[in-house]
Amino acid sequence: MGTYRRIHTTDVLIVGAGLAGGRAAIAAAEAGLDVIILSIVPPRRSHSCAAQGGMQASLGNIAMGYGDNTDIHFADTVKGSDWGSDQDVVRLFCETSPVAVRELSYWGTPWNRVVAGKKKLPNGQEVEDTKDKEGYITARDFGGTAKWRTCYTSDGTGHCMLYTIDSVVVKMGITIHDRMEAISLIHDGEYCKGVVARCLRTGELVVYLSKATLIATGGYGRLYAASTNAVINEGNGMFIAQETGIVPLGNMEAVQFHPTGIVPDWVLITEGARGDGGYLLDKNLYRFMPDYEPKKKELASRDVVSRHMMRHILKGLGIKHPSGIEHLWLDIRHLGAKHIYTNLREIAEICIFHGVHPEKNLIPVRPTQHYSMGGIRTNIDGAAYGLKGLFAAGEAMCWDMHGFNRLGGNSVAETVVTGKIVGKKCTEYTLGTTLSYSYQMIEDNVAKQKDRIKKLIEGKNGKEDVYKLRTRMGEILWDKVGIFRNGKDLQEAVDELRELYKRSQNIKLKSGGMGASPELGQALRLPGMIRLAICISYGAVTRTESRGAHYREDYPKRDDANWLKRTLSYWSDLNADLPVLKYEDPVITELPPGERGYGESATK
Amino acid sequence: MARELIFNIFRFNPNTPDIRPYIQTYRLQEEPQMNLFIALTRIREEQDPTLIFDFCCRAGICGSCGMIVNGKPKLACRTPVSDLKRKITLYPLPVFKLIGDLSVDTGIWFRECNLRTESWIHTNKAFNENELEERMDNKTALNIYEADRCIECGCCIATCITMNIREDFLGAAGINKISRFMLDPRDNRTDHQYYEIVGSDDGVFGCTALMACDSYCPQQIPLQKQLAYVRRKLLIAGLRAG
Ligand SMILES: Cc1cc2nc3c(=O)[nH]c(=O)nc-3n(C[C@H](O)[C@H](O)[C@H](O)COP(=O)(O)OP(=O)(O)OC[C@H]3O[C@@H](n4cnc5c(N)ncnc54)[C@H](O)[C@@H]3O)c2cc1C
Ligand code: SF4
Ligand code: SF4
Ligand code: FES
Repeated sequence: MGTYRRIHTTDVLIVGAGLAGGRAAIAAAEAGLDVIILSIVPPRRSHSCAAQGGMQASLGNIAMGYGDNTDIHFADTVKGSDWGSDQDVVRLFCETSPVAVRELSYWGTPWNRVVAGKKKLPNGQEVEDTKDKEGYITARDFGGTAKWRTCYTSDGTGHCMLYTIDSVVVKMGITIHDRMEAISLIHDGEYCKGVVARCLRTGELVVYLSKATLIATGGYGRLYAASTNAVINEGNGMFIAQETGIVPLGNMEAVQFHPTGIVPDWVLITEGARGDGGYLLDKNLYRFMPDYEPKKKELASRDVVSRHMMRHILKGLGIKHPSGIEHLWLDIRHLGAKHIYTNLREIAEICIFHGVHPEKNLIPVRPTQHYSMGGIRTNIDGAAYGLKGLFAAGEAMCWDMHGFNRLGGNSVAETVVTGKIVGKKCTEYTLGTTLSYSYQMIEDNVAKQKDRIKKLIEGKNGKEDVYKLRTRMGEILWDKVGIFRNGKDLQEAVDELRELYKRSQNIKLKSGGMGASPELGQALRLPGMIRLAICISYGAVTRTESRGAHYREDYPKRDDANWLKRTLSYWSDLNADLPVLKYEDPVITELPPGERGYGESATK
Repeated sequence: MARELIFNIFRFNPNTPDIRPYIQTYRLQEEPQMNLFIALTRIREEQDPTLIFDFCCRAGICGSCGMIVNGKPKLACRTPVSDLKRKITLYPLPVFKLIGDLSVDTGIWFRECNLRTESWIHTNKAFNENELEERMDNKTALNIYEADRCIECGCCIATCITMNIREDFLGAAGINKISRFMLDPRDNRTDHQYYEIVGSDDGVFGCTALMACDSYCPQQIPLQKQLAYVRRKLLIAGLRAG
């Protein structure tokens, strides 16, 4: 052999150590299985830690949440998805989320609790939290929900949830290989057998063989030039699954933009700021959202708020930042320093690092790429289409509960809910299977990666610069596949991305690619990233309607007659420069397509 | 007037030990709102793709990017260059194992620390899916959160004097973890059990209380308060046990 140094075998291999991966690992380890978790960064640095706002679960403990239940949560989620979701999945999710939030409480998450007494809300309304609910988990308001349902720990919800989940992983002694990046799946066309990974300490290739592989690698925000996501969110899990040719990605054109990324580097200012009573102002310091959305105002669903903001900017009512970016203001001054520096402390800190004191200054914000609704298409058990033994959970998956728009707070909920459910299903699968592989298969898979690395180092095909290509990809998506979309721009995006894809075969490393070279890592990922960018753009140009976050200026209405369906993109041939698109119907069990009730979208 | 910044950056890669550590100089034009994340990324992508450093969230939340900036430990992504003089010197955090250039292995260190401090809830109760959560006073929840906010960046460890003398010292972050669980009514450990973990010179009693850690915690965790809390509780427990 001699082409790689180490082989690890395990029952369950989990790729990703965020909330979804960690929770799934616990489920498998509880059943006595051997588990190895791979992660690019130490588990607690996974992007889940950045979720500040909260987790949706219909506990109904707080006055503004009284009467809440899983039916209302279900209706909110389906409407949010613009009927793109599978309703059996949404139902399962809504029923499991309250259990998941309590389980986290049992494991140690310091959820904020109900304090009894009369309160005055920012809008003047008076409410009373009653004694009988005191001390139970409280909730805050979040966009697109009929009740206050978003459980939180001040401004550090994702951080506390992740530390809790990882504390259980540590307690159980689950093996973690951090700084270990999966770069391709090993499979035989029917079964997934594990991954080839690259060690980010030394650069060596390492082989992992497993009975079941579960991908929990999070989102792909960093495909876009402007994203709230961590720099490692490049869609890895999605493109290594799609690369097999038989595993499809679902609804890649469904990309969420968050209304409030701070200018100019797009760090997220959470919805909590508006939930707690923040306003959006234009250049005349006029609060414009009530004009567009008299009822929900700043708290209409994310895609709706983002579009109104862009519209307002296009009307010439934005403010020009020194960097040239046009933006609007977020105003939380009236919440008072005490509230800001306790309940919204993380927001305050982010502002201060941008020279903004939110108790007295306005915050410059603009809609920014935020969340990937699309992902590895799985069934309701989290089992990927096309390959046995391959599972997915969390943001990397499309099982599909978000359809064309995810509600704030539903995502971290999805990570622990799917971690729990898929972890269990994956365990059941694993218990009924054995590990079989041939050395030839391992040799072939490793040789393929070695060959890619050699080509990048030698640069025989050309001299393309990996970072320049990546930057261009980000700009194309940002300019042409953003919040407002139209056929002409989208087609240009597809054409130029296809060109970029070809150029990405001709990269030559400038660093020599020795050891754990970060440039080599980027070069290995880039072709896969561009494939995802093409799937997003091609899916978007093909879908001639508007639905949820996918908004076509040339087709502004939802078109259920033709488009009440999910896009599946397959990349069957790596030499091709377009995916093959197929479609399937979403599962509708309870709520037939209707009005979302956000004032904007209407059916044809 | 935009300044031309001069970066003096520590370079060493343990994978190529023949090349001795050295300082490399880079020049970069300052831009509005530039911080060390933007600056270092720019240097890597435009000048030197071999440079190794760690960023993840670039928002001061994940704890990846601790480094020594002009002699002080800081989160690079939260350090605007406008706060710094024109010459900027960057070193990796000491104490932790060096991965290369500015990147150190804080992840492994903290996993070990979490194991030693048994930083998880110790309880005999089993989780029951059909029961409501146990009630908790909101003030208690907020107090736990205060200590739970540590992002394991290692800045307090890198500045700790005791850390440099005692290899196995738990450091402020480790002791803060103990305080986080002491405050938590769900954790059933007795003071005596905590004493077993931190009641030694590698724990609270090794700390010289000079409080370098307190001033460098980017999360502004009141480490002084947390250390004093643990020490006080353990002294009482220690006397009882003794
Ligand atoms: C700024 C921000 C704020 C947010 N706030 C909220 C909120 O308030 N409420 C909410 O519900 N949602 C929120 N979200 C969304 C939510 O945080 C994410 O969707 C969710 O945390 C994703 O979790 P995950 O476990 O799927 O993936 P992640 O937490 O992103 O973890 C991915 C893991 O995969 C690993 N990985 C990736 N690629 C590889 C590879 N090739 N090999 C090995 N390992 C790999 C990484 O190291 C990491 O461990 C927010 C998102 C952002 C960007
Ligand atoms: S106060 Fe204690 S923990 Fe903090 S730096 Fe000094 S010796 Fe280290
Ligand atoms: S206590 Fe503060 S300085 Fe120390 S590791 Fe935690 S966040 Fe960093
Ligand atoms: S990159 Fe996450 S704290 Fe700096």
